[in-house]
Amino acid sequence: MSSSAAVIGGCAAVTFAIKAAGPVALGGRQLPLAAQQILGLLAPGLLAALVVVSTLADGKHWAVGAETAGVAVAGLVYWRSRSIVACVVIAAVATAVLRAL
Amino acid sequence: MDRAKFRAGFRDATPFGVAGLLVSGSFGVVAIDAGFSPLAAIVMSAIVFAGSAQFAAISIIAGGGAPSAAIIAAALMNSRFLPMGIALAPSLPGGALRRALQGQAVVDSSWAMSSNGDGTFDRWYLFGATAVQYVTWVLGTAAGVFGGDLIGDPEKLGLDAVFPAFFVALLITEVKDGRMFGVAALGAVIAFALVPIAPAGVPVLVASLAALIGLIRR
Repeated sequence: MSSSAAVIGGCAAVTFAIKAAGPVALGGRQLPLAAQQILGLLAPGLLAALVVVSTLADGKHWAVGAETAGVAVAGLVYWRSRSIVACVVIAAVATAVLRAL
Repeated sequence: MDRAKFRAGFRDATPFGVAGLLVSGSFGVVAIDAGFSPLAAIVMSAIVFAGSAQFAAISIIAGGGAPSAAIIAAALMNSRFLPMGIALAPSLPGGALRRALQGQAVVDSSWAMSSNGDGTFDRWYLFGATAVQYVTWVLGTAAGVFGGDLIGDPEKLGLDAVFPAFFVALLITEVKDGRMFGVAALGAVIAFALVPIAPAGVPVLVASLAALIGLIRR
């Protein structure tokens, strides 16, 4: 319990600090236009990177598994249906079915 | 308080909240497997409330890693909230403490949804969108913690695919033009290339440079 308390407390503290940093440091000032444009482009790059790391990597190795295919199928479903619930359910079902084969 | 905006955010993000039940449920199962007590797992979801960071930290603990390594991984995973918070900053009123607290409402989906597309954000919409996801995040964790024994191996049910699929959906929602697509593709390539050589979390952080390159190459 003591080590999990350290992990939880540490994670909570760093998360709070990171989320607070931008709003506190920047005050209410507007950013220059170029900076605003960069910030508008951050989410696509970060999200794509998160997808890659969580579907094509296992630790420090590249890896393809049932979840890779499951997530790909889920992406197609979301692209066509725009239903987030269908997307995550299909991801789990497709991955589970592939693993059961 | 702008109740209408708050409600609109709450309503629009409800599908993400429902999906979050599955994601946080799988977190609860994994946390118990990693040796966390039920209370610890639920408290973690309640006070950290950051899916990718929680998964990153718990997977390091499960693999026998040190608490410090888990915390650093969580910080790196959360580093994307830094630019998101910077982008949000001009849209938040109040003094330092109030701004710091409002900044806690940033989670990927809410942040993306509350963007007005011109560099400004609708804060009450953001708060509403995050509120529904916070409630389901904590409830889902509790369900995973206490229901984990019933479902057995989470990987057998494909629960590990839920979280990445969630990010894919956010990505598809977010990419609205060719330049954004280019930045997404570049971010993916950067992260992929860095996986074998950089510590966990760093590939995602470095991939944020894709935005800078996307702006220069227009």
